[in-house]
Amino acid sequence: MNDGMPAATKNATMTKADIVERIYEKVGFSKKEASEVVESIFEIIKSRLEHGDKVKISGFGNFVVNQKRPRKGRNPQTGEEIIITGRKVLTFKASQVLKKTINPS
Amino acid sequence: MTTNPTPGGGSMTKRDLIDEVVKIYPRFSGRDAEVIVNAVFDSMTEALARGERIEIRGFGSFVVKHRQAREGRNPKTGAVVPVAAKRVPFFKVGKELKLRVDGKPVPESEREASQGA
Repeated sequence: MNDGMPAATKNATMTKADIVERIYEKVGFSKKEASEVVESIFEIIKSRLEHGDKVKISGFGNFVVNQKRPRKGRNPQTGEEIIITGRKVLTFKASQVLKKTINPS
Repeated sequence: MTTNPTPGGGSMTKRDLIDEVVKIYPRFSGRDAEVIVNAVFDSMTEALARGERIEIRGFGSFVVKHRQAREGRNPKTGAVVPVAAKRVPFFKVGKELKLRVDGKPVPESEREASQGA
């Protein structure tokens, strides 16, 4: 699939360290301070999601916890019928702004 | 598929997140916290726009998937309309957060603190 993206950036991965670098450059904290605050931001989000809250980041997207009901499934190896227990799962819905930004026209 | 929002769940906005940051770091002004929180999500948006993956340990990863151009239909009129190729962002929840959201204990090996950055 050729979408005109330079090959060099195609497989690059951004990590927390790269975000920390950005904060460090932009805000002028020490690296340690920038790293701490980035860590805190993700921890705040995680603990809210853990409590079943929605997290809505305007311009980026919404993180929502959904309750799944138990359902019947099958062990694909043995064909044995099993009950898949109910569980809570996290889904992310990208905002229109994010979708537009990654699809420049 | 049965997906319903968790009953009784509240919600947090970016504004609330900024306020929480100020609570934890009283030395930051609201404006500082706003700049920081925006910088986090702006840098993530820019990475995705460059076609990069994002991996936040303990949280999850974001990837951009490519959807090829296809012929769609206007559901009202049945007319065939071309749908252009596009890039779609996807999130995959990390192990630690997946367990935490489901109320399960997180094994030591999946705690992000034990894995470094």
